[in-house]
Amino acid sequence: MKDFRKMWKELGMDLELHDQLIENQSNLHKKTHLSQKNRPKAMERFDHSFHASHAERVAEILDYRKKGGKCIGTFCIYVPDEIALAAGVLPLPLCGGSDWSVSYADKMFPRDICPIIRSTFGMAFSNTCPYKTLKDFALGETTCDAKKKAWDLLGFKVMEVPQKKDPIDRGLWLQEVYNFKEMVENLSGIKVTEERLHENIQLVNRKRRVLQRINEFRKLPDPPISGLDALLVSQVALNQDTHKFIEDAEVLAAELEKRADAGISAYDGNEIRVMIAGSPSPLGNAKIHHIVESSGLRIVVDESCTGLRYYRDLVDESHKDLDGMMRAIADRYFAIDCSCFSPNTERMDSITQLVKECSVQGVIHNILQYCHTYNIEAKVVENILQKCGIPSIKIETDYSQEDTGRIRTRIEAFAEMVKESL
Amino acid sequence: MNNAIGIDLGSRTTKIVQLKDGEIQHQEIFETSHDPLEHVKTTLSSLGKAPIMATGYGRHLICENFDARRISEIKACGKGAHHLFPGCRMVLDIGGQDYKLIHLNEKGSVLDFDMNDRCAAGTGKFLEIMAQAFNMDIEQFVQTAMNASGHINISSMCTVFAESEVVSLITSGESKEKIALGLHLSIAQRLQAMFSKMSVEDDVLFVGGGAKNDCLHAILERQLKRKIRRPEEPQVVVALGAALLANDLNAV
Repeated sequence: MKDFRKMWKELGMDLELHDQLIENQSNLHKKTHLSQKNRPKAMERFDHSFHASHAERVAEILDYRKKGGKCIGTFCIYVPDEIALAAGVLPLPLCGGSDWSVSYADKMFPRDICPIIRSTFGMAFSNTCPYKTLKDFALGETTCDAKKKAWDLLGFKVMEVPQKKDPIDRGLWLQEVYNFKEMVENLSGIKVTEERLHENIQLVNRKRRVLQRINEFRKLPDPPISGLDALLVSQVALNQDTHKFIEDAEVLAAELEKRADAGISAYDGNEIRVMIAGSPSPLGNAKIHHIVESSGLRIVVDESCTGLRYYRDLVDESHKDLDGMMRAIADRYFAIDCSCFSPNTERMDSITQLVKECSVQGVIHNILQYCHTYNIEAKVVENILQKCGIPSIKIETDYSQEDTGRIRTRIEAFAEMVKESL
Repeated sequence: MNNAIGIDLGSRTTKIVQLKDGEIQHQEIFETSHDPLEHVKTTLSSLGKAPIMATGYGRHLICENFDARRISEIKACGKGAHHLFPGCRMVLDIGGQDYKLIHLNEKGSVLDFDMNDRCAAGTGKFLEIMAQAFNMDIEQFVQTAMNASGHINISSMCTVFAESEVVSLITSGESKEKIALGLHLSIAQRLQAMFSKMSVEDDVLFVGGGAKNDCLHAILERQLKRKIRRPEEPQVVVALGAALLANDLNAV
């Protein structure tokens, strides 16, 4: 393996602390992903990309920057990738999934905010995030109060995501999308032309299509890929180079097709099929997915920003004029059913439809501690699921391992309950 | 062979129940030490061969070391409760590090359940730590609360903060009785919130080590305005349920 220590040092990172972070994450990956049986061979590519996220991927970006390439740090799937790419700007989603770095955020942040924010800035404050100095600026959004105030504190730029879905909000959002275009154009000095934008709409849609294709296999009675691995694929999608990701994901999809034809399942028995709904699980965090699947359940769909919310909708490719494309992009992102919206009826419709499509027998609300909007909305979802006769359970937790025993007890009891009710 | 064994390896105590022809032949409760397996091994060798069902926090540990199957303590609790009180539909189980509320159907199957998350407030451990702050054992502590003629409101739900709140109340000269009762009331309030979420109005069966607390029992009965029954030995209900489930498997 190539030694990246020199690179990390040049990036101003704390090598000793970074070693701790890497060791912690590698051990976790071994205990969770690598301990699974019946994995598709192509998952090795994604294991590699997981490890590469602080190594080869960083070297790639450094190289790109040396050639004059520009980067922005992002924290939410509302930031339109295709516009940034069309302006020659690389978006780097920076949400942290490591438990190791959480406490380092205490330097500036209160403890009672969500682990995503704490993990992200814990890495930045402890100088263990290689992306910290790679970005030209960071762009936050307004999907929760803790994030909004974090951006103010750190002096980040902010893109406003409205909180309702009325025409006036749609107008505001379209304006924000145009502002974003100007922001990235100013950064790179590259104009977003019709040709470049159309090309990148198609590129990002290709990424979404291959993710959709992989996800389709999970609907089979015997899914050829586990929920834990499917999560890793979409986590990697947020970090890896788009072209390289599409290449790896297509290899995986082809293998899944063969496995499906041959009846090769990622699972042993006839475990119950569950949906994970709610907060995202950024790269490095697969706590709930691991507990759920190692307790003998199958995760067949992820209703989250590190799942379907990220790739469910495509941008309409039929527009060729700039304004038409900009509107199509704004519409696509505005359709994301984040719990920051009030009301969020689209999400309820989507969940009831997914339950049917994916033969879901139970729903697990995966709520990150202090993620108030998903936490409260879980009750709305529960009420709707109850009407469809689908049991659900809410697990509210952070990234730490201290409560895994109790979560396991609840998940096992939930599975027993669902089985008995069938 | 009509023997069956249930082992409930909890965070504070381990419970073992042996059934013979459906009747309890042997039951024991011992503290879960740093090496509970040794004690379990000794007991099992004296009980002879029988199908084993493990439950509780250490159920995986038992399965790794003995020829046993496992079940969650929630299902086992429902099974044991239904066996002892066939009409019972609501079970409150307060253990060493968790508390649970279980809603059963008429056959004793779990319809719904709720359980505390990582927080220790409301668990057996919470009261043990509070008793320690008074230099008392748990029995003395409960008795002290029952002798109170009024109570102090305890505002902290967190075990750590509640303990320091208690210490400062003691040093400010408040009566031990009133503080002890206040602590019981704060737990009851937490449990009541769990009951309100479940919205089932049935009578309750109270099990687990916490059910031995007469003060908590009396407060809950008054606040919930319903009858709260307790089995003769509330601590072995989950192990009994596990033994019954082992027996069911044996019968198939």
